[in-house]
Amino acid sequence: MNKFKTKFAGIAAASLLSVGASMSMAADTIKVGVLHSLSGTMAISETTLKDTMLMLIDEQNKKGGLLGKQLEAVVVDPASNWPLFAEKARELIEKEKVSSVFGCWTSVSRKSVLPVFEELNSLLFYPVQYEGEESSKNVFYTGAAPNTQAIPAVDYLMDEIGAKRWVLAGTDYVYPRTTNKILEAYLIAKGVAKEDIMINYTPFGHSDWQSIVSDIKKFGSAGKKTAVVSTINGDANVPFYKELGNQGISAENIPVVAFSVGEEELAGLDTGPLVGHLAAWNYFMSVEDEANDEFIEAWQAFIKDEDRVTNDPMEATYIGFNMWIKAVEAAGTTDPTAVQEALIGVAVPNLTGGLSTMMPNHHITKPVLIGEIQDDGQFEIVSQTAGLVPGDAWSDFLPGSKDVISDWRAPLSCGNYNVKTGKCSGQNYE
Amino acid sequence: MTHYLSKVMLFACLLFSQLFTQAAWANSADDYSSGLEQINSSKLKQVALGVDLLIRSGHPEAEYLLNAMLESKLYRHKKQNRLVMLLGKDGSKFTIADLNDSSNQETLSKRKVKRIPLNNTLRGKIKVYLAGKSLNSESGDVRKAAAQKLLEDLGDDELALFKTRLNLETNPDVIYILESGIALDKLANGEAYEKDQAIKFLSDSLQPAVRNALTTIIESGSDELKPAAKKALAKIEDKVEFYGFLEKLFFGLSLGSVLVLAAIGLAITFGVMGCINMAHGELIMIGAYTTYVIQLLMPNSIGMSLIVSVPAAFLVSGLVGIAIERGIIQFLKGRPLETLLATFGVSLVLQQLVRSIFSPLNRSVETPEWMSGALEINPIFAITYNRLYIIFFCLAVFALLFFVLRKTVLGLQVRAVSQNRNMARAMGVKSEWVDALTFGLGSGVAGVAGVALSQLTNVGPNLGQSYIIDSFMVVVFGGVGNLWGTLVAGMSLGVANKMLEPMSGAVLAKIIVLIFIILFIQKKPRGLFPQKGRAAED
Repeated sequence: MNKFKTKFAGIAAASLLSVGASMSMAADTIKVGVLHSLSGTMAISETTLKDTMLMLIDEQNKKGGLLGKQLEAVVVDPASNWPLFAEKARELIEKEKVSSVFGCWTSVSRKSVLPVFEELNSLLFYPVQYEGEESSKNVFYTGAAPNTQAIPAVDYLMDEIGAKRWVLAGTDYVYPRTTNKILEAYLIAKGVAKEDIMINYTPFGHSDWQSIVSDIKKFGSAGKKTAVVSTINGDANVPFYKELGNQGISAENIPVVAFSVGEEELAGLDTGPLVGHLAAWNYFMSVEDEANDEFIEAWQAFIKDEDRVTNDPMEATYIGFNMWIKAVEAAGTTDPTAVQEALIGVAVPNLTGGLSTMMPNHHITKPVLIGEIQDDGQFEIVSQTAGLVPGDAWSDFLPGSKDVISDWRAPLSCGNYNVKTGKCSGQNYE
Repeated sequence: MTHYLSKVMLFACLLFSQLFTQAAWANSADDYSSGLEQINSSKLKQVALGVDLLIRSGHPEAEYLLNAMLESKLYRHKKQNRLVMLLGKDGSKFTIADLNDSSNQETLSKRKVKRIPLNNTLRGKIKVYLAGKSLNSESGDVRKAAAQKLLEDLGDDELALFKTRLNLETNPDVIYILESGIALDKLANGEAYEKDQAIKFLSDSLQPAVRNALTTIIESGSDELKPAAKKALAKIEDKVEFYGFLEKLFFGLSLGSVLVLAAIGLAITFGVMGCINMAHGELIMIGAYTTYVIQLLMPNSIGMSLIVSVPAAFLVSGLVGIAIERGIIQFLKGRPLETLLATFGVSLVLQQLVRSIFSPLNRSVETPEWMSGALEINPIFAITYNRLYIIFFCLAVFALLFFVLRKTVLGLQVRAVSQNRNMARAMGVKSEWVDALTFGLGSGVAGVAGVALSQLTNVGPNLGQSYIIDSFMVVVFGGVGNLWGTLVAGMSLGVANKMLEPMSGAVLAKIIVLIFIILFIQKKPRGLFPQKGRAAED
């Protein structure tokens, strides 16, 4: 009995001690929220970004942390469930009191958390290419907007490859539909006839591509150079490319440029039949730059796998994180309002040898690279914009958003200002 | 005197021609060596210049070099700044050799060398050049492919090649392509009577280039030619439509066979045992992952590993199925709602298990050589091999299953238990044992379906989810408890889907098929082939 008592007392003391320790830890750390799906459909893409954040936070802590404090990652799993994203975001901000959140992948998850961030006035860094037509005071978009990915890719196909007929193929949801609307308007403005554009949508996870690929083949055999612009998302790409290969469509006949296929997607794929098809991103693992080599090395060491690849959303996460660090240092506090102001104009090195800057519309400047898929799953860079392109929140090619600009600096402080009517519809756009 | 003079002339001529060929030879060798210098670079523009020079040189070695570039075997040693040939890869170690001396080998880190870059334009150029070379190959198939390649990209050089080859060619298929090319040229540049003849000749051809040429004539050619061109084009369009229909039918059957494969295991567990198994999709997924693991174990014989995977996946999925049956389902007999919930839980557990073991990323299952590519019947109709094999595979699995259920003791007992459990037990059938084996059989077949699906789609944790709804749809539509119903339902849903797709788009086609099934089930709740007899009345 006595023995039991002492044991119990020991346990109680130890647990008290550990509680005390964790409390004192909590007071000395700055919490960073990581809001990426670790289960469900999107886990395939988002898990990597969670690991990237853990690596970046780890590295920052080794460098002495931020404002003299250590950073602490708070990882939650919204499980690819869009309403759960909003709940988890609220949990991170209200309960965990994180000073900023890095997360989301799909546009629908971002739209789901947006009201939460605006209500609680916190910061979200969104690292994935998206369809634009949005600019929130609380969100910083470090991925590509259509003008920093889709438009330059179409220009490349038009000018360098000489494409005259266009297939716009996408998965049936908001990003492809908006991007294709912008691209269609852009192509028609460039003088492409309506009958030379074929638009096709397929459901999520579509796996039987026979008819569509055969249609593309027929569409492309009309004597004019044909190119496919693919906004096909996620898993559906593998069977799509397999079918292209099997039906004998090679990149020299009908090149496919994709906006959602990166190194990570190719890692699950036999790339032999895909050689020569294209992708447009702001970063490729094959970029020859010292910062990139260091990043790759650090990543492979952190994840303990020499074959792991890096990709564009990882670079966007890297840029966003460094921008936040720099802005917090400049503001001297993690208070969201102060950091929001400090973030505009912050410039940090990206991994392609340039300096990316946060613009007043909360989008950043990036180079646009076009790469051809090689048989080792890497990209050969065949074209690169001369300088950095600033992301445009509101497309110039859509009638609704042509006259709208975004500028979060005082005195305008508006994400949706119509220059014609002189009105700001505030946060309630759309 | 004249004799003497002519001799001098002859000598002069000889000397001159000698000099001339030597100069040409020197030129070619120059082109070759400066081409070699240019491609020793990591800059695409410079490589492009080098490739042009190599092609112009016509040097015997150029073909070998360009081929190596196409196969991404030509590398540059970064430090020594020289071209090397890649012999083999082993993880991050590359084995390379000298260009001219393959015995002088070296193994080094892959970061030390860089592949000579290529882009689509260059690849296209090299392919056309190599096609020109292989137009004189020994094999008829190679010549045919080369002629086809050149026909797509017909210019003056290619035409000259066609004309010289036509004099030597013996293979009728190749002759036809060569003549088509020459006729196409006449159609564009020939005299009026030549154009007329060319149209007549080409009206049998299904080449896209021919259709385009005829369309151009109808749009902007001379008036005398238009009627003939229109007639020829109409004749071609008829054929195109016919083959288009055949193609759609084939697509439909292949989609149908995938549906049948995915559903047939369910037809046994759901149809015969009456147990709703929401984890059926995950059993398919386990089969696909088994294929992946077997392929990892046999990296050097991809084709063989696929064949080994079929029994292996059957065993693995079957055992998992038996475990599910023994561990969960047997305690929930006669409580379909609880079974549904419990198996749904199992499906989530299995998915997360796979995520933890294999990572959430998709795994790549390689396709063996004999399953990639297409059987080309004519220029507008080709049947892809992977789909063709899967149709046959589906029929084979169906026949085998049919045989097991109809002609074996197990099959007899399964049918007996499913028709009247109590009576069967009274006759001495161990119903528990039969339940477990039936469930194992259905699960094993799901695993076999996974092997086939690994060749068509992603092998990832979500593989099963995308097939579970379709599987239930097929089984319910076909009539619960009837294998024939599953076959007919799967095939007809596949064909209907593919016939609708060109008209309505993929999204709408799926919706229309679903609405049709809902209406159909309203009218005939027991599906296409309802079970007859007293057993069905319960």
